[in-house]
Amino acid sequence: MIVRVNVTVNGEQCQADDVWPGESLLYLLRERLGLPGAKNACEQGECGSCTVYLDGVLVCACLVAAGQAQGRQVRTVEGLADGAELDPVQQAFVETGAVQCGFCTPGLVVAAHDLLNRVDRPTDPEIREALAGNLCRCTGYEKILEAVRLAASRRNPGGRPGEAAEGESR
Amino acid sequence: MNPFEYRRATDVAEAVAAVAERPDAVFLGGGTNLVDHLKLGVTRPGRLVDITRLPLDRVEPLPGGGVRVGANVRNSDLAAEPVIRSRYPVLAQALLSGASGQLRNLATTGGNLLQRTRCVYFQDITTPCNKRMPGSGCAALDGYTRHHAVLGASPQCVAVHPSDMAVALAALDAVVRTHGPAGQRAIPLVEFHRLPGAQPERDTVLDHGELITAVDLPAVPATRRSAYRKVRDRASYAFALVSVAAEVELRDGEISQARIAFGGLAHKPWRAQRAEQVLRGAPATAATFQRAAEAELVGAQPLADNAFKVPLARNTLVSVLTELTELTGATEPTQEDTP
Repeated sequence: MIVRVNVTVNGEQCQADDVWPGESLLYLLRERLGLPGAKNACEQGECGSCTVYLDGVLVCACLVAAGQAQGRQVRTVEGLADGAELDPVQQAFVETGAVQCGFCTPGLVVAAHDLLNRVDRPTDPEIREALAGNLCRCTGYEKILEAVRLAASRRNPGGRPGEAAEGESR
Repeated sequence: MNPFEYRRATDVAEAVAAVAERPDAVFLGGGTNLVDHLKLGVTRPGRLVDITRLPLDRVEPLPGGGVRVGANVRNSDLAAEPVIRSRYPVLAQALLSGASGQLRNLATTGGNLLQRTRCVYFQDITTPCNKRMPGSGCAALDGYTRHHAVLGASPQCVAVHPSDMAVALAALDAVVRTHGPAGQRAIPLVEFHRLPGAQPERDTVLDHGELITAVDLPAVPATRRSAYRKVRDRASYAFALVSVAAEVELRDGEISQARIAFGGLAHKPWRAQRAEQVLRGAPATAATFQRAAEAELVGAQPLADNAFKVPLARNTLVSVLTELTELTGATEPTQEDTP
């Protein structure tokens, strides 16, 4: 059995035909829609390399069956930058050298982006907890923490670590 | 991955019928423990019935003060729900201690109850496993058993249930509501999961095609305190070695009510009724807590690599009870102490 999947990706209406039900949203994005930003690593939801937004919440795209994405909104790491201008999280990853092999980076960038949408100036424990589902085998995480702190300080220069984002109840 | 058929259900009766009519059909919820098993070959269903668009995604008050949690409510949403945070903190804490943000955003209330064991031999299709392939044997018995059961195991299976949420629900006396081919029923959470016995392939008492529609939480008195404590190998994103869900009420320094459940020790969330018996009516002292823990754990049967779980469970229970009873204290809280 094959199906057609319509999905909005980074604001664009996309359609994929002849999708096999066993495909994941990750496969759909990478192999059918030409968006290789989300990475295919563990395929078990353990490493976070395939992290994307689905209807505005962070998920592992490898665990979402393609058919489940029908009619929904996806935002991938390719959809974070504003034209040529990197998102502050991406810029901070570049400046702090929070990238070594780069395989985990897209997932970490999206997860950090989500964190800073929820918490303006996260504490280190909050950063660690928010990124717990994203595994990096190169950096030892220190540079990644530094990148998130830097991005947070630029997004909200007046805030102090521990303050929730405006309008956020959690 | 084996080929399968994918169907998106639009109402509960249709979903139930679509699974009931085929022995190899299964429900698909958040997918965090089914999609990975499809890839590993741990399970090979012929039909997936996607239930994520069924209208089972609400948290509603029940007459009498309880709360009904729809089966499709996401773990992250449930943990953030104000009524859960204020009245059932043990549940909010348990939910937030499980998995990662990405997974909690997908995982549903019903699906969390149905997740399979993380026993590595169950997940490795090259090894024997009575749960995955009945009658094939148990590779864990001669294997590495650090994460396995110390209570309620059988010669066929020593796996543990991985859920944190279900441990809190066991302590809360939650009730699982289902809709199946034979009609609807309400199953107390503590009777929902099975001990392995001679049929470790059956994790729960659900019949084929029976769908979880909601989990009901009974009303809790305002004086009750509750907490969830999870002990694991790292600070986040790991399954429990041992966990404790505890609820207590105090009256004049005595424990008037106690509900305790352990995670990480057995094939199901382990409701500690022997410990509760010791606690009820006893003074809230360290000695009482020790006796309660000993009463529950006296029958523990550790395997080669997990004897540490017995003192760890005892110490964790004593620590949680100490914290909870110090919080309630003998005196009424002052205005400043009230959160």
